[in-house]
Amino acid sequence: MTGLTFAAAAIALVPLIAVISYVLIQGVSQLNFNAFTQLTPPPGVPGGGFANAILGTLLMVGLGACLAVPVGVMAAVFLSEFGGGTSLASWIRFATNVLSGVPSIVVGVFAYGVVVLTTGGFSAIAGGFALAILMLPIIARTTEESLKLIPNEVRQAAVGLGATNMQTVFWVVLPAALPAILTGVMLAISRAAGETAPLIFTALFTQFWPRSILEPTPSLSVLIYNFATVPFKNQQALAWSASLVLIVLVLFTSVISRWATHRKTY
Amino acid sequence: MTLTLKQSHAIAKPRSPVDRQLDRGFVWMTQVFALAIAGVLIWITLEVLIAAFPAMQTFALGFLTSTDWNPVKDQYGALPQIFGTLASSFLALLLAIPVGLGVAVFLTEDFLPTQVQTVLVFFVELLAAIPSVVYGLWGIFVLIPLLRAPAGWLHSHLGWFPLFSTPLSGPGMLPAGVILAIMILPTIAAISRDALVAVPKELKQAALGLGATPWETILLVMLPAAFSGIVGAIMLALGRAMGETMAVTMLIGNSNTITASILAPANTISSLLANQFAEAKGLQVSALMYAALVLFFLTLLINILAEMLVRRVQKI
Repeated sequence: MTGLTFAAAAIALVPLIAVISYVLIQGVSQLNFNAFTQLTPPPGVPGGGFANAILGTLLMVGLGACLAVPVGVMAAVFLSEFGGGTSLASWIRFATNVLSGVPSIVVGVFAYGVVVLTTGGFSAIAGGFALAILMLPIIARTTEESLKLIPNEVRQAAVGLGATNMQTVFWVVLPAALPAILTGVMLAISRAAGETAPLIFTALFTQFWPRSILEPTPSLSVLIYNFATVPFKNQQALAWSASLVLIVLVLFTSVISRWATHRKTY
Repeated sequence: MTLTLKQSHAIAKPRSPVDRQLDRGFVWMTQVFALAIAGVLIWITLEVLIAAFPAMQTFALGFLTSTDWNPVKDQYGALPQIFGTLASSFLALLLAIPVGLGVAVFLTEDFLPTQVQTVLVFFVELLAAIPSVVYGLWGIFVLIPLLRAPAGWLHSHLGWFPLFSTPLSGPGMLPAGVILAIMILPTIAAISRDALVAVPKELKQAALGLGATPWETILLVMLPAAFSGIVGAIMLALGRAMGETMAVTMLIGNSNTITASILAPANTISSLLANQFAEAKGLQVSALMYAALVLFFLTLLINILAEMLVRRVQKI
């Protein structure tokens, strides 16, 4: 029996090692400087890179963060500072957890209905909007957790000095929790950067530089999806290098955020 | 005694009326932002419902039982996709539950020093951080070729059995199920572990004190005591598996047919959406929204049940 659990733990590690090592081998051998400076090539054309997709991913994740961070952080402030144990707060926590379980493709369908159909075209805004909804519950939950770690004495000290709720939150509680909040935000950003499903019919893809946030926009994840299924060796190679870049980005932020949440201000 | 901010504030010195109004406004504003999260959930439901309405009027419940998906004739039925969604998710659960529970037990018992455990937990969580599309790419070039030989053996030796009645021609239900199992493994392992850790220590010590072996304690005391939490973890994983899109779309073969064989290509609701949404027009968009609504309600139902089960554990 003990052997069985050892086996289970070993089996769980096999896919992780297999995926990461394979992406590393395939990705590194084909990664070069051009990948970060050139545009994606059309089918059958050798060379090229995915600079436009990196820029597009950063653009849409940035848009998503701009929408999701203020709402998520303020919602968490309510949940941890003012809502406390009320039933309203527990309903909102429930809704947050349910929202984080909504399939990303359904969020994409929603963004299509709300943004693409009303603005009349696929765009970076539609993609960013979808990513914002996926980031929102992650940011709200991690921020609430980090605010909970601030001891109540700190708040009482601020209030005792005559600070208002707003001053206490903005000048004392939030700054103290800032490193933990930032890592939560980074975690959300790394999740969003890897998302594909909500982007394939909100942002679509182009071979060109993203010129305006109202036009179709390339992204790393959609590039991997598109190039994985074509018969052209060069594009498949780009899909592997793009996977490597994406995995490094995602794992790097995961590792950093885990490391940083263990550090306490108080 | 510790006080919440609200309570501490109640005993602080009185302020000018303007200050108080401003401050009340701030608290009110944070509440509005918090309500916005619940609002988004309702907005998603309404938006998808309204967009699906034309198709709901045209096909009614026949949409759920018809196997015909034909954009040329504007005839839509989603039974093969609903079947594929459920079948691939259950296949994934079948593969992931034993391993996930094994990992959870392994991590709660003190087989290893704490530092090694922390590293293991971290690695299992990293599995969840790898983007779905990368799993899909890996699946196409590594997993499918790897599955060819065992699948061929299964078909040639057990081909009379309906589950293996077709050869594996490349993408299909089995590769999709395997990749889904890998993707939901961290969910099952992490949340079951939390449920096992939440079981009171006294219970375990009592069982051991009565002379039960460590394994009797785990199987007959620990697992039953953590049962609702473990079921919650499995349902949360089921919700993930049903909503998962990219890896499945790349590996399942996207064939709108229902077969008993797990080696044959199939389709899921999310793959249907991923494949057709960008080029859909008119009634097809509405039919796709209807399919999305079905997926949304299935996952919502499962997630809400799971959430309630997991919460019950956390309250202990």
